[in-house]
Amino acid sequence: MNILKFFTAGSVDDGKSTLIGRLLYDTDSILADQLEALQHSNRKNDDGTIDLAILTDGLRAEREQGITIDVAYKYFQTEKRKFIIADTPGHIQYTRNMVTGASTANLAIILIDARNGVVEQTIRHSYLVSLLELKHIVVCINKMDMVAYNETVFNAIIEKYKTLAQNLGLKNVTYIPVSALKGDNIVVPSSTMHWYEGESLLHFLEQVEVDDHDTTEPARMPVQWVIRPQTDELHDYRGYAGRVLSGTFKLNDYVTVLPSNVSSTISRIEFFDDDLLQAYVGQSVIIHLKDNIDISRGDILVNSSALPIESKRIEADLCWMDARVLDPSITYLIQHNSKLSKCKIDEIIFKVDINTLEKAAADDFKLNDIGRVVLKTAEVLSYDVYGDNRANGSAILIDSRTNLTVGALMFRN
Amino acid sequence: MDYLDELESESIHILREVAGQFEKPALLFSGGKDSITLVRLAEKAFRPGKFPFPLVHIDTGHNFEETIRYRDEMVERIGERLIVGAVQQSINEGKVMEQTGKNASRNALQTVTLLDTIQAHGFDACIGGARRDEEKARAKERIFSVRDEFGQWDPKRQRPELWNIYNGKIHKGENVRVFPISNWTELDVWNYIRREKIALPSIYFAHQRDCITRNGQLMAASPFLNMDDEDIITNRKVRFRTVGDMSCTAAVESDADQIDDIITEITASKISERGARMDDKVSEAAMEDRKKGGYF
Repeated sequence: MNILKFFTAGSVDDGKSTLIGRLLYDTDSILADQLEALQHSNRKNDDGTIDLAILTDGLRAEREQGITIDVAYKYFQTEKRKFIIADTPGHIQYTRNMVTGASTANLAIILIDARNGVVEQTIRHSYLVSLLELKHIVVCINKMDMVAYNETVFNAIIEKYKTLAQNLGLKNVTYIPVSALKGDNIVVPSSTMHWYEGESLLHFLEQVEVDDHDTTEPARMPVQWVIRPQTDELHDYRGYAGRVLSGTFKLNDYVTVLPSNVSSTISRIEFFDDDLLQAYVGQSVIIHLKDNIDISRGDILVNSSALPIESKRIEADLCWMDARVLDPSITYLIQHNSKLSKCKIDEIIFKVDINTLEKAAADDFKLNDIGRVVLKTAEVLSYDVYGDNRANGSAILIDSRTNLTVGALMFRN
Repeated sequence: MDYLDELESESIHILREVAGQFEKPALLFSGGKDSITLVRLAEKAFRPGKFPFPLVHIDTGHNFEETIRYRDEMVERIGERLIVGAVQQSINEGKVMEQTGKNASRNALQTVTLLDTIQAHGFDACIGGARRDEEKARAKERIFSVRDEFGQWDPKRQRPELWNIYNGKIHKGENVRVFPISNWTELDVWNYIRREKIALPSIYFAHQRDCITRNGQLMAASPFLNMDDEDIITNRKVRFRTVGDMSCTAAVESDADQIDDIITEITASKISERGARMDDKVSEAAMEDRKKGGYF
């Protein structure tokens, strides 16, 4: 059994929380006391059934306002898979939360209200999915019950979305007509839409192959912590602890330590009580090198025959996440895996209007703005392009005045 | 990658980030299965080195004796440092007052002892075993969750948490609660404990115990519970799904005395884990309020 992490994008009115509530409800993932709390709640649907959206509305402010204001994580499992859902709000003020939810997901569900079709916010959500380079997209055309389960409506929306997907370079798009409220095609196939021959949403999610553990990519492991017990029996023990970001490290592999650019061979790979022959993407291990090299947190071990880019000047897509506007005159911190460096925004190349997807020159970034910048870092970063290597191609910006995370960065060259 | 391996690896990564980013971290150890799991993960993250943090137990004084015995044996076995912050001491110092009445519990008093312990030792990060599947306020909390100097959580001012990058930057006086098993469910924890053959305090397994019924839930009869003539003691076969203060941790009737039986029982269960904690029942927003007030 493996894990599928997905996120859902849709507006307050698209029935997103109802969809997630329905997945949980129909997979029997709601426990008795939660159900009891639901039944005691005075929020009901028009037909008197339980409002499943309550299951994902966590905070008091949300219950009062009836909208989702933050990223909520939900968990359920079937016999085939464990699922982690990032429920992210679709309202424009909260683009930053959507980017957050999407950053850890392997798959995106985009909700479209069958009555409205492809609208401005569909473009916005799809653009963010393309920006974060999610490899799998499911477009759920919801509220089919409100359009009399009409196939023509469904097909017209698909046609329109295909053009958008092509413009954005989205691949692997699957379309499913659903009614989250009534339960059509969420867990069980719809008894009304016989014209639809595809799978239910859950069935699709259980089967879809997500290859985010590609062991053939260039090997990368940032050093998080150096283990030196310095006891009598382990006097010379020196292990580099980290999680493999990409690819595979094998015993006796020739590796390079960056940014110092010193090379050595792997003499031992440890995981707790075991010695391993190899460590692959996703594993947290301890690596030992044959030569005694000065390595500390912030350094990265890489495959010597496939080096990453090394630069202090980096072009990146930036999503601004703070209420304070970007200030090119101040020094920010950039956190790239275990490395922390000072940096400045040297240039703003363009900003994207996420409703029209038009690029325009700009001299500031406000909350939820997205565009491309050039960063100037105090120290050399060893990174890959985001499209080639998500884990080594992403970073965050921290405002050292407030310590808040103010930006998400995706390296582009 | 198998799901338990993936969860384990993510948690180890988080623990090592704590070691790398903070000056004085601590691991909050309650003696419950979640914090026991954290200890195993810390062994996997840092052995053969020492843990870069002590274990901290906030002791309400109203413990199941089995838990304290387990704690002391475990600390002896792993050879790490244990710091105990006692609620009794906070009471003696007049910082908190013992609750009165039938539902009196020291559970809420822990927050003060915890904050005092954090301050006395200057901890800048406290690792805890909370999971997002426990409760809906927790479902929205970050893995690195910043608290102000009063220990308060502000759900509206949470930092975005992207990819696997954790921002542990704080101002003086603030601290961070870190939840390495955020993405685990109760069932995941049990499956992991089974796979790793981790020993647990015996109260997790079915045993005979004198109980009374309070607010529809079974409570262990103990000197820490304010009982009166209306409380009828019956001996039942029970187990506990969480380990907390004796005055607020409810038992469930069960015959599951082996981990396999417990997993079968949980899979089929119709009461969620926190449902067995009376303190969450007080109001729908109970957890949110307590988190804002500096509780774990």
